[in-house]
Amino acid sequence: MKPRHWLRPALLLLLLAAGVLLGGCDRGKPLPFRLTNISGHMPDLDFKLTDDNGKAVTGADYRGKVALLYFGYTHCPDVCPLTLAQLHVVMQRLGPLADGARILFVSVDPARDTPAIMHAYVNAFDKRAVGLVGDARSVEALSKRYRSAFTREPGTADGSYEVSHSSAIYVFDRDGRARVLATPSASQDDLVHDLHLLLDTGATP
Amino acid sequence: MKSLTLPLLLAGLLLASAAHATDAEHIRTSHAWIRVLPGALPAGAYVTLENDGDQPVALRGASSTVYTEVMLHRSSREGGMSRMSMVDALEVPAHGKAELAPAGYHLMLMQAKAPVKPGDTVTLTLQFGDGSTLATDFIARPANAMDAGDKHTMPAMDHGAMPHGH
Repeated sequence: MKPRHWLRPALLLLLLAAGVLLGGCDRGKPLPFRLTNISGHMPDLDFKLTDDNGKAVTGADYRGKVALLYFGYTHCPDVCPLTLAQLHVVMQRLGPLADGARILFVSVDPARDTPAIMHAYVNAFDKRAVGLVGDARSVEALSKRYRSAFTREPGTADGSYEVSHSSAIYVFDRDGRARVLATPSASQDDLVHDLHLLLDTGATP
Repeated sequence: MKSLTLPLLLAGLLLASAAHATDAEHIRTSHAWIRVLPGALPAGAYVTLENDGDQPVALRGASSTVYTEVMLHRSSREGGMSRMSMVDALEVPAHGKAELAPAGYHLMLMQAKAPVKPGDTVTLTLQFGDGSTLATDFIARPANAMDAGDKHTMPAMDHGAMPHGH
């Protein structure tokens, strides 16, 4: 066989190149996140809640998607809508890649937030947003799982009340593993950057 | 006695108002908008207030014929927690400005008497410390709007930061 003399080095080069490529996706090698890296420090995405279509869902239903978890409530006229509007901008900036991501908006106000209200609410922001509700215990379990917190403020005379809540956004990869935490002061550019890292890889790193 | 006090008081008030413009007369408003949320959910209203007077002016609240209740609120963040609180007044400094903007001061609009849709104009009557009022038109914007829609004049998002308290 005549071409043998060059085939061997070519194969070797190919293997080397493949090795480099695979190395980039190696489990042990951390992705160059810009936001707070929480890989290995927070539990996987797991919950039992009801989505805004009234369907019972668990964390496993969102495997295959990059999930952005945010706690809030619909009677929050300022910060929650601003955060969701900003997440919408982030999704727009991701272009078609955004289809691989879901915004999971978990209500910490189960008394007032029904699936129907949540449905109208999340869809006013982004079609890739999902509203999640549950009984007080399930929501508390989920928020505790991520060391998130919320409290109900003393009510006013007309029975209305405010809820203070954790303002962080937790980002999970396609395998449901917690990867980064976006604090409210984090920049939109950094969130877009890190979501690119999680979405571009196709398979999970 | 009684018959004399009132005319005197009125005369005094007239003199006073002739000498000094009211708080409302010193305030110019811009970027007035409402973030409309679905259904009967409370909405946030935002506006920039500029005071051309030599004295600070206090915004005390607002009223509206469209919303049953309007409250002056402030969002803040402490230890990673977001919360809202009612405030009595927001001071607009002399020859300065104050902004009601997302993640900070805002007017919380509750219980719309008729549905408000993006594109609608809603008049809110701002109330100031001396009792004077200023009717201001607010443009209703969609839930996922970032500002009043007059982009080039809104510096708030220049840093691309996520919402945070002050």
